[in-house]
Amino acid sequence: MADEKKEKEMLEDVTSGEYKYGFVTDIETDQAPKGLSEDIIRLISHKKNEPEWLLEFRLKAYRHWLTMEEPNWALLHHPPINYQDIIYYSAPKKKKELNSLDEVDPELLDTFNKLGISLEEQKHLAGVAVDAVVDSVSVKTTFKDTLAKHDIIFCSFSEAVRDYPDLVKKYFATVVPYTDNYFAALNAAVFTDGSFCYIPKGVRCPIELSTYFRINAANTGQFERTLLVADEGSYVSYLEGCTAPQRDENQLHAAVVELIAMKDAEIKYSTVQNWYPGDKNGKGGIYNFVTKRGICKGDRAKISWTQVETGSAITWKYPSCILKGDYSVGEFYSVAVTNNYQQADTGTKMIHLGKNTKSTIISKGISAGKSNNSYRGLVRVSKKADNARNFSQCDSLLLGDKCGAHTFPYIKTANPNAIVEHEATTSKISEDQLFYCQQRGIDMEKAIGLIVNGYAKQVLKKLPMEFAVEAQKLLAITLEGSVG
Amino acid sequence: MLLNIKNLHVSIQGKEIIKGLNLSVNKGEIHAIMGPNGTGKSTLAAAITGREGYEITKGEIIYKGQVINDWSPEKRANEGVFMSFQYPIEIPGVSMTNFMRTALNAQREYKKLPPISAGEFLKKMESKKKLVEIHSKLTNRSVNEGFSGGEKKKNEIFQMAMLEPELAILDETDSGLDIDALKVVAKGVNQLKSKENAFIVITHYQRLLDYIVPDFVHVMYNGKIVKSGGKGLALELESQGYEWIKEQFDD
Repeated sequence: MADEKKEKEMLEDVTSGEYKYGFVTDIETDQAPKGLSEDIIRLISHKKNEPEWLLEFRLKAYRHWLTMEEPNWALLHHPPINYQDIIYYSAPKKKKELNSLDEVDPELLDTFNKLGISLEEQKHLAGVAVDAVVDSVSVKTTFKDTLAKHDIIFCSFSEAVRDYPDLVKKYFATVVPYTDNYFAALNAAVFTDGSFCYIPKGVRCPIELSTYFRINAANTGQFERTLLVADEGSYVSYLEGCTAPQRDENQLHAAVVELIAMKDAEIKYSTVQNWYPGDKNGKGGIYNFVTKRGICKGDRAKISWTQVETGSAITWKYPSCILKGDYSVGEFYSVAVTNNYQQADTGTKMIHLGKNTKSTIISKGISAGKSNNSYRGLVRVSKKADNARNFSQCDSLLLGDKCGAHTFPYIKTANPNAIVEHEATTSKISEDQLFYCQQRGIDMEKAIGLIVNGYAKQVLKKLPMEFAVEAQKLLAITLEGSVG
Repeated sequence: MLLNIKNLHVSIQGKEIIKGLNLSVNKGEIHAIMGPNGTGKSTLAAAITGREGYEITKGEIIYKGQVINDWSPEKRANEGVFMSFQYPIEIPGVSMTNFMRTALNAQREYKKLPPISAGEFLKKMESKKKLVEIHSKLTNRSVNEGFSGGEKKKNEIFQMAMLEPELAILDETDSGLDIDALKVVAKGVNQLKSKENAFIVITHYQRLLDYIVPDFVHVMYNGKIVKSGGKGLALELESQGYEWIKEQFDD
């Protein structure tokens, strides 16, 4: 009995690592007053020098949002969100146009250094173009020249609206319309910035594209908008990583990501999410309500979502694929770790519309502490989707006996030729496994790290190399520095 | 003396399994522990390696001159105690290579040595693999996952070769092995045997001892070592079974 207690203490000990990225960057900010109204939306639009059509879109979205209700079907519990208590616009004060990193606010660079993802390092080592979003305004975009050679457009959303209005108008909100859901409508009304990417026909993007989102400035909701279009026969790998400073008050994050893959195009979208999860007692943390969806518009298009979710107090997120083109492919690889009082309700939707479409879902949930971790997934096969195939595998791993793991698979097929497979397992790290490691000289903390990383390997190996390392580190931070 | 066990009493969930056991092992020796099922042989192995749930209620385990009763399993391992598991454990997704490197580096960290370089590590793996005739493919697979019974046991000996323990306990390593695998395992042990280390071979059958020749044979019964002798004792047990032991030592 005493041993059991000891093991429990040990588990608690190794799973209760303090959030390492809790710090605040002190940069002068230009803020809107708290609250949401048509006036605030006009203010945001005005601040961003937006064209009339975009303001109209925002207002329509806002009016629609007013008629909607916050969804409550997810297995998530949180106090009601006061949408009038949120600041919807906050931008670091612009000093002047920046041409090089030397001109970037040193404090901001310091922030990135603390995160271990300095722009310089990224530039030199990884060959990754970084569009650094701090609060809501893009501060610095690098590697633009390299991309320009291939006619690839990769810029902030605001710049895209200004410089490529036709492209934006053509694709914007076509995958996630503002009517889609409560949080998508909210985002459409108040989004402040984000990223835009266009890969022209036949171009294979030579570098991994990445955006680091970062919430800053107290009480600021973060409403990002990402639009990524891969034209016929093109390929792009896009990385998104998030870390946020420690906060006492809950912060709302409602991003929208839209992916469009034309005929024979492939998009790989990888995320490592590490928003502030709240403290050990469940106080604070980010509320993350994200709508991510991609459409395989043309034949043989492919969209692959890979996510490693370790942060946020609440995660509500279902990166989905609409498989419209014949022979198109959708993939979803996910590792979601929850600890302490974190709650995650995450999964995917695979909508098979085209013939011979194929989808794969691999979901690995890891729960520790008093957290709750749910997989929620929908596989829908329409009447016309002959020979559609899906394979789903949803595994849950429990650390300790106070956490929860849940699986909610929904399958709807209207086509008798469809083959839909679903496998699910729930397991615990066994005492045998721990002792086996210990007998080889590996302490319990390292053993848990080793076992958890092994469990998540199927997903981690889908990440681009440089991200896989970061992802392992994040798993380690969430379950305490147990992974080397 | 490498290992000295004095009047050891071990309980599992309040039930006493080992009831006053004495055993001393010197460097360079091979000790066989035999006995009928359920007499506490595996419990002894678990107590020496420090497994949780095996409570030492009385007595001492002295290893290299120190009482190790309260040492964590990993400390014992890093001090050179190794056990070949009767039922090796599967760890999905963790490659043997990664597992071995983590273990080796844990040992080196304990000894305040820098981590082993990738090149050095691979070289070591290659030479040890040859020793136990383990296929390259096995080390690329996840720890024990999908291994046959024989492969699992060979893999244990491979790990032993990699970690170079001072005291190796083979817990029923022969169980479930065909004669060819048994020979490979025995060959590995014989190659690793030196003046600087010692082996405790726990087995139910005499068979393994044809290939790993013990210096001492102990018969365990009802939580105690009831009889000790040389190699001849094993043969005696083989021909006469355990019945006479039971008759002689039943309470």
